[in-house]
Amino acid sequence: METQGMTLEQTTLIAKAIVLAGQGIGAGLALIAGIGPGIGEGYAVGKAIETIGRQPEAKSAATSTMFIGCAIAESTGIYGLLIGLVLCFVNPFLKHLTV
Amino acid sequence: MEIEVLGPRKIITFMIGDTEIAISETLVTGWIVIAALTVLLLWLTHDMKVVPEKKRQVLAEWIVDFFEKTVIDSMGKKMLNFAPYIAALFCFALFGTLLSLFGLRSMTIDINCTGTWAMITFVLITYWKIRTNGLGGYLKSFTEPVFVITPINILSEVATPLSMALRMFGNISGGMIISSLIYAALTLLSNAFYGLIGIYFEHFKIFQIGIPAVASIYFDLFSGVIQSYVFIMLTMAYVGDAAGGPQEE
Repeated sequence: METQGMTLEQTTLIAKAIVLAGQGIGAGLALIAGIGPGIGEGYAVGKAIETIGRQPEAKSAATSTMFIGCAIAESTGIYGLLIGLVLCFVNPFLKHLTV
Repeated sequence: MEIEVLGPRKIITFMIGDTEIAISETLVTGWIVIAALTVLLLWLTHDMKVVPEKKRQVLAEWIVDFFEKTVIDSMGKKMLNFAPYIAALFCFALFGTLLSLFGLRSMTIDINCTGTWAMITFVLITYWKIRTNGLGGYLKSFTEPVFVITPINILSEVATPLSMALRMFGNISGGMIISSLIYAALTLLSNAFYGLIGIYFEHFKIFQIGIPAVASIYFDLFSGVIQSYVFIMLTMAYVGDAAGGPQEE
């Protein structure tokens, strides 16, 4: 079977390559989500250090609250990471490519 | 190099009628953790005295004190009977995550595992909300402050367990993937080194000694402990909030 001078195998290969390239770019873009938590956690840690500097007796409370706040702030970054991982390793769009 | 990432490994598969029943690695390692914890706690608590003589009784009392203090701090004194559940959840999560130090797969790499814990938390939150406000008050709380906002309130109610499950799963599985990428890279590096000196070992990769341990300290130990702690802290915060908060005493 010929389609515009290419065999079916070649066409499928090119289509697969396009899908994989799109997935790679998408995974890369998804990890931009890491910027937000990075800034947010840095800000939270900075404020916690400020607090400890001002009130050293509040160290344990400030530290544990900071860790929880960091873990919550991290979740948006983790959503991005999960999308990236799924795109990289599970290849969800490749199975829609039927001949 | 093939790196197996998502989805638990199926160990045993058998058929009942037409349905396929699979026992995943998570289930098996989970029961191993339960057995190990049971043995450990029985050893810690047997032969106790009023005045502690042995170090293990001091340790056991310290563990109980720690969890009771944590629960009182964040949920108030009336929720003290919540401490055993929190302690069990923390120990299970911690040991299940630290399994990766023994070369097994962590339980928390499986979203079914963290999802189950998050769903238990969700059920507890809903139970305490209904018990505190009554069914009518619970349903009415969705329409506050204005009626238009109801869909957003329902969404945020569902987002709570989802974000809890995904946070732990994402953190640990991300660390696991980075660890396996480090192992793969070190294998290639060792092979290149063997090619350089002309001696080849199939099962002994020289650069895999020591170097992955540094990454493991962060990704397995630190991440695991922090995420388990955050999971119980969030459970206590949400349930304590649903039950009226620690200030009401």
